[in-house]
Amino acid sequence: MRGAARALARFADSDFVYSFSRSPIAILSLLVVAVCILAAALAPLIAPHDPFNLASLNLMDSFRPPLLAADGEWTYPLGTDDQGRDVLSGIMFGMRISLLVGVASIVFASVVGVAIGLVAGYAGGTVDAVLMRVADIQLTFPAILIALLVDGVVRAALPKDMHEALGIYVIILAIGIARWPQFARTVRGSTLVERNRDYVMAARVIGLSRARIMATHILPNVLGPVLVIATLTLGLAILDEATLSFLGVGLPVTQPSLGTLIRIGNDFLFSGEWWVTIFPGVALVLMVLSINLLGDWLRDALNPRLR
Amino acid sequence: MPDAPMLEVDAVSRVFDVSRPWLQRVLAREERLSLRAVDEVSFAIDRGATLSLVGESGCGKSTVARLVVGLFPPTSGSIRFEGQSLSAARAQPALRRRMNMIFQDPYASLNPRWRVRDIVAEPLRAFGLLSGRDAIGDRVGELLRQVGLAPADGEKFPHEFSGGQRQRISIARALSSEPEFLVCDEPTSALDVSVQAQILNLMKDLQQRLGLTYLFISHNLAVVRHMSDQLGVMYLGRIVESGPAEEIFSAPLHPYTRMLLAAIPDLDMVGGRTPVAGEVPSPIDPPPGCPFHPRCPLANARCRVERPGYTPTGDVLVACHAVEEGRTSP
Repeated sequence: MRGAARALARFADSDFVYSFSRSPIAILSLLVVAVCILAAALAPLIAPHDPFNLASLNLMDSFRPPLLAADGEWTYPLGTDDQGRDVLSGIMFGMRISLLVGVASIVFASVVGVAIGLVAGYAGGTVDAVLMRVADIQLTFPAILIALLVDGVVRAALPKDMHEALGIYVIILAIGIARWPQFARTVRGSTLVERNRDYVMAARVIGLSRARIMATHILPNVLGPVLVIATLTLGLAILDEATLSFLGVGLPVTQPSLGTLIRIGNDFLFSGEWWVTIFPGVALVLMVLSINLLGDWLRDALNPRLR
Repeated sequence: MPDAPMLEVDAVSRVFDVSRPWLQRVLAREERLSLRAVDEVSFAIDRGATLSLVGESGCGKSTVARLVVGLFPPTSGSIRFEGQSLSAARAQPALRRRMNMIFQDPYASLNPRWRVRDIVAEPLRAFGLLSGRDAIGDRVGELLRQVGLAPADGEKFPHEFSGGQRQRISIARALSSEPEFLVCDEPTSALDVSVQAQILNLMKDLQQRLGLTYLFISHNLAVVRHMSDQLGVMYLGRIVESGPAEEIFSAPLHPYTRMLLAAIPDLDMVGGRTPVAGEVPSPIDPPPGCPFHPRCPLANARCRVERPGYTPTGDVLVACHAVEEGRTSP
């Protein structure tokens, strides 16, 4: 316990925390991200209404205006949609799905990307050439196109009655596959530098296996940039998911993410019920913007040359 | 066989492929390029002795060190450790445990993310010599004390130490599997002069106490003189002169050895030193005949076409036509 307390004290005293405390943008971004995560995680507990409970819905409540409009009321602070569902509660539950899919697909992409980058960089030669050409080819397509392709192929392969149950895994897989090359290229670059360092030679002299050298010596030394890329790509992955859901190929309607909410609300934009689509859109923009600003700050804070 | 040498290196060569990538080579219609970094090098080291290899940068001495510890296999020739071939030893942890290597740059040879105690204990764990946290911890403390550090230093990271202290950590790590043979690749050339002597004395002291055998690579003749029993002078991948260190230092025969020794700063020298002339030719396209002939003051027509073999002169072997023909002035 004392060791943990000491480590915590050392962390609080580090350059990293100091640089954070001096950056208002970083503090504000972290605050927004924290609010989003809390709202998403605690949605079933703190959301004012349950949008999934059909018994609580009343069609008489449809298209209630938000507080911003003249005749808004506190029961529905951000108004209701065409079914009488509370938009604020919808956003909280939607954020849950968006964040879950974003984080899971980035974890998947980084594990795949780091593994491929390590192997390519350490093995070199033909293995490296083949893996990196695959990454290069994939990078010439927009990520969303790759995700659409993977999504389509997997859906075609699965029986139709499983789509709803497996939809979320399919979309995590699709976005993860679309986003691995950047991780792989960065890790490969760092691995190429690290593998010729003397400490790797020293490990080879005592006869350690390639796998052990990669895992225990090289991996800890190439992980720094991965954290930065993961944060920056998280925003993109959330947008990928929102785009797919907006196009209607993402998650099933029973699991509405922010993208789904924006698509549904889009139908009423010109009939005057703007709040149904604008508020989920604002929530998405705020969340992704904050994550990206946090990633930018992280990149600068971890780069010794910019200090 | 108590008299058999610990390490025998027999006519070992190593060729590197330095061609450009296949596509560029085909487009530019180039041939494959190869670099003969080590060319038929032979030597033997007795148990408990130190053999030093000296030469200018790029003469292949570090490649010899890497061949000996098995970082890459020789293109031809054989390396035997106590009579057992090392090419088979790659698969033999028992043989590998008995040798280790100390690297030139103590800033690069310690993993920056590892604590010193884990760095020092890595060979213990790799060979499964000790198990249990306490046993390994005690052994690491003992090793750190042996190289003049405190056992508590094991908790720190490498960046918390100076260059000399880091090299002490490297030595502790190299000794942890209780090897009998150490390859030292320029262990002091990255250190301050004042620290170099401390590290060298530590290495000599450890050699006497533990009965270690050293293959010592250096370009610094003063350091080599302090350390060696045997000496090999390398030029462009070949050993041009080898034998007992004292004999070579007192009566150098090969013109290249003479040139190197004449370049050592010396207090009672008043002018009149031969400067080291010329540059080392490219090992990709070595000169025909004796590789040293473009820089040699004694070169004649034979040197330009015929490659010299080894001439035994006392205990010393020299590869030079001028020595063989007696054209050198004493």
